Amino acid sequence: MANLTLVQAINLALVQEMERDDRIILLGEDVGLNGGVFRVTEGLHKRFGGHRVVDSPLAESGIIGTAIGLAMAGLRPIPEIQFEGFLGPAYDQLCSHAARMRTRTRGAFTVPMTVRVPVGGGIHAPELHSDSPEAIYAHQPGMKVVMPASPYDAKGLLLSAIRDPDPVIFFEPKRIYRAFREEVPEDEYTIPIGKARVVCEGDELTMISWGASVIQCMQAIEKSGRSVELIDLRTIYPFDMEAVAASVSKTGRAVVVHEAPRTCGFGAEIATRIMEECFLSLEAPVQRVTGFDTIMPYYKLELEYLPETERIGLAVEETLAY
Amino acid sequence: MPIKTAFKTEIEHVSILDEHGQFDAKLAEGLIPDDDLLALYRHMTVCRHLDEVAFKLQRSGRMGTYPQNMGQEATSLAAAYVLEKTDWLVPCYRENAGLFWRGVPMEYVLLHWMGDERGNAIPRELFCTPLAIPIGTQMLHAAGLAWAAKYRGEKQIACTFFGDGATSEGDFHEAMNFAANLDLPVVFLCQNNFWAISVPGKIQCSAPTLAQRGLAYGMHCVQCDGNDLFAVAKVVKEAAARAREQSRPTFIEAVTYRLGDHTTADDARRYRDQAEVDLWKARDPLIRLRGLLKEKKLWNDSKEAELLEFAEREVAGAVQRAEGIEAPATTEVFDHTFATLDPQILKQRETRRTSSLGQQSGRSASHAPAGGSH
Repeated sequence: MANLTLVQAINLALVQEMERDDRIILLGEDVGLNGGVFRVTEGLHKRFGGHRVVDSPLAESGIIGTAIGLAMAGLRPIPEIQFEGFLGPAYDQLCSHAARMRTRTRGAFTVPMTVRVPVGGGIHAPELHSDSPEAIYAHQPGMKVVMPASPYDAKGLLLSAIRDPDPVIFFEPKRIYRAFREEVPEDEYTIPIGKARVVCEGDELTMISWGASVIQCMQAIEKSGRSVELIDLRTIYPFDMEAVAASVSKTGRAVVVHEAPRTCGFGAEIATRIMEECFLSLEAPVQRVTGFDTIMPYYKLELEYLPETERIGLAVEETLAY
Repeated sequence: MPIKTAFKTEIEHVSILDEHGQFDAKLAEGLIPDDDLLALYRHMTVCRHLDEVAFKLQRSGRMGTYPQNMGQEATSLAAAYVLEKTDWLVPCYRENAGLFWRGVPMEYVLLHWMGDERGNAIPRELFCTPLAIPIGTQMLHAAGLAWAAKYRGEKQIACTFFGDGATSEGDFHEAMNFAANLDLPVVFLCQNNFWAISVPGKIQCSAPTLAQRGLAYGMHCVQCDGNDLFAVAKVVKEAAARAREQSRPTFIEAVTYRLGDHTTADDARRYRDQAEVDLWKARDPLIRLRGLLKEKKLWNDSKEAELLEFAEREVAGAVQRAEGIEAPATTEVFDHTFATLDPQILKQRETRRTSSLGQQSGRSASHAPAGGSH
């Protein structure tokens, strides 16, 4: 057991899984000698060699497109896209091919690929290095979307993603890459895709979040002094509605928190599902605390945009007072 | 300091059996034995007949939109002929002749255009990827498939097919760049058929040849007569050897022509002259091959008549098999989304006919409030 950051936990998961499975190839911009711009793949090039940890040409569609070919041939590629803002060029390969392959070939060809992507704001990064596009990919059938909020979860979820027979986008919240450490077992363990985590129990209100926002939620809950149950979704698609419904049926109130813009954000889906499945339990409308329907601002104003503890705290008050 | 030439090259054009029947026996030496030549001619004729039948099927409402292959048969066929059976064929959607030669049953392609995904369930042992609809995207998969073979130390290569329009797509350039810089055993086989639906080649490329696009990637590149079975066989054979032995890609521009419309939904008369079409009709790969076979005393009119009857039977059989397949189960909509379906998809699957939303009622027992009255 070691006390690890989220970056180190992912690195450990990659090392252990690459030792276990020689079908795994890492590819991406700067993932080799440089160990990735966030150092997530640090040391892997030296350990596994340039044939398994591959510095690719600077082309996101090329990275995902070749990874699809590798996966179709039976390997387990783990492409890295350097920032979520550069996932756009690969959108066509992800959605027109990776996500559809199993369905359109009736299972003759599949794409067991894990796309690692740093995501989200809060680190004073340049333009297009702070967005939250998870809902875009959750909307694409055939694609799983995962986002851990802790080092322990990151390791267990990444192993599940790599072993998943279908394409998974593994979003890594860069705001908490090194924000805190946590005990992460050396031993192998997995966290199933599609299962949420109850971060803290409560009976007045259910708060649902994922990624770096989970930390903001924890702080807001502590400040509020109220009995709030916090659910870290961990997987955006397929999301754990059972856990959400069980909690909201108990508390009767729900607040969803995410960094992405509000309109068509994944909170909209969760709110709708709560309405469908917990209508008779609700004591208040489902509240959303999200990024605004604006362009993610440059970093001077990013905290104005992100759902910080104050705004989350307001939602708790408003929802409880309804 | 004097100005020097930094780089200079020439693009070769390979032609062995031309439209006038001129045949370069020396260049053709060892390429295609006569027995195979007969089989290839027969195969192309069957493919041509399928095109005619498919057109009628579409017009009579028995099949959806279909892209005729007419005029381009020699290119994919020659490639499939010279490649190993375990080399990947990564097609676009106008490579019937090559796919059928490899062993993809004709009814698979019909099923695809009949709106049935089962047509894409190509057996793995045929090493053919399914038809690719978004233009130019499949070349990257070919690079990945070739990469996997290289990673495993296998001598397998990948050959990918695409048109002139695809060379304008970003993915084309990324695939060429990946293959060249990562030393991947790929053959990029561009079927330059002059038209991307209604847009002529000059809108796609201002250089005198498409072949020279390969130069920019430090890749061997060559142009050949795409309606000449021998020429394509020769350049693909050389490219395959380069891939297999040196793990280097090649870019081939096969100059051919789309004799038909883009698809059955298109009317090429709106944008191109009949005179141009007539010119290319005379360059038909079937005509020149038939001429050569007759010259070699391997073919005559009665054999041709027999072949046409054979083609009719073959195609009719494929149509019968495609149309005779049982209707897909309605659950097929759901069943291949993931290896294991998630609860939400399962719920939609179970309730698709019993609830307006394909969902269970909001008053489901499991989440009802415990005893409260609201």
